Amino acid sequence: MADGLTPSQTIGPFYWGTLVSSCRADLAPAGVAGERIELALTLHDAEGVLISDGLLEIWQANSHGRYNHPEDRRNLPLDPGFEGFGRASTDATGTARFATVRPGPVPWPQGGMQAPHINISVFARGVLNRLATRLYFDGDPALAGDPVLKLVDPARRSTLLAKRDAEGVWRLPIHIGGAHETVFFDS
Amino acid sequence: MAQDLYRRPAPGQHPPHRVDAYKSTPNRSPRKPAVVLPQTLSEITGPLLRGERLGAEENDLTRQRMGPPLGERIVVHGRVLDEDGKPVPDALVEIWQCNAAGRYHHPGDQHYAPLDPNFHGGGRARADSDGAYQFVTIKPGAYPWKNHHNAWRPAHIHFSLFGPAFATRLITQMYFPNDPLLAIDPIYNSVPEAARPRLQAAFDLGATRPEWALAYRFDIVLRGRNATPMEDEHG
Ligand SMILES: [Fe+2]
Repeated sequence: MADGLTPSQTIGPFYWGTLVSSCRADLAPAGVAGERIELALTLHDAEGVLISDGLLEIWQANSHGRYNHPEDRRNLPLDPGFEGFGRASTDATGTARFATVRPGPVPWPQGGMQAPHINISVFARGVLNRLATRLYFDGDPALAGDPVLKLVDPARRSTLLAKRDAEGVWRLPIHIGGAHETVFFDS
Repeated sequence: MAQDLYRRPAPGQHPPHRVDAYKSTPNRSPRKPAVVLPQTLSEITGPLLRGERLGAEENDLTRQRMGPPLGERIVVHGRVLDEDGKPVPDALVEIWQCNAAGRYHHPGDQHYAPLDPNFHGGGRARADSDGAYQFVTIKPGAYPWKNHHNAWRPAHIHFSLFGPAFATRLITQMYFPNDPLLAIDPIYNSVPEAARPRLQAAFDLGATRPEWALAYRFDIVLRGRNATPMEDEHG
């Protein structure tokens, strides 16, 4: 063993069925406060081809904007049974689905608030490093003042905006490369 | 400007996104640079999964089915640490691997090698307060893949760790020492050369169990914290 970080490697194609908790798509059991939402995240490669062997994870605050984590020391309610973590494989249509609650706003370190968002980790065969992005909710008035979106080229902000479809599902295409490449974050 | 809680990785530790020798990467890698984000509550929190109850057999992959799997039984153990050598206590460690013949218990794996009904190849362990974790498993086989002519993956075990925050999430692969396939594997060699040895477990004679199993040690190092003169106030 040597000093330094353990390097990242691809998840590969064969985690499903062997990675024990490879599905945790329903985050909010009955009784969890907030607006119920469904998410459908669809993964595309640089040529637009659907990626059917990916794994998506989400991490979010609850409806009060509180993260279930000791680093969030604010006096806001925690919901029993709501951890805020989800994990789902993409299917033959490249889509991973989650049922959760709409998160509340969370603070920005320099003051003010961030618009409600869901943090996403993308893993797939051929992806050597975890790709981190965010989902925001199209039409949310808080988007205009969001300090993270302000760091993003205005022409690319729409890659982070989930849109509500006719069935009420929030849909977000995630493009790893290509003309509609999703904005990924390095934090 | 508030200081980031977790140090940014020094260059030369992780692979680049695109490595042409690994042919799945050109179409599955971002072209544009990532947007650098100050660490907010969203990044310094993350799933700890402390509520997950681990079954007694979850860290012993040889005792999860009806009988013992075929193959060479091994102990794989180590510590989850940060860059300063501090333990990451209670970290959830997930692993998955192919069987001794080089085949995964996965419908997509069509390698012409036998499945072992006594081996599914998935395990979980919770590190203790000192960051120490342990698995009992069998040594995975090498397997062919279609990346290029006569391509074979060196024996490896996939590892998944969350660490304390969204910012520390890591998926990696552990390799075995002295494997001749390491030199010709595009995935292992995607990592900058100086960092590659960190992906190799060390043979650990001291942890072998006489008459029962050889042992390998694999310490995992996650991002360390910036030195802070005082506790940050988040919000
Ligand atoms: Fe593998």
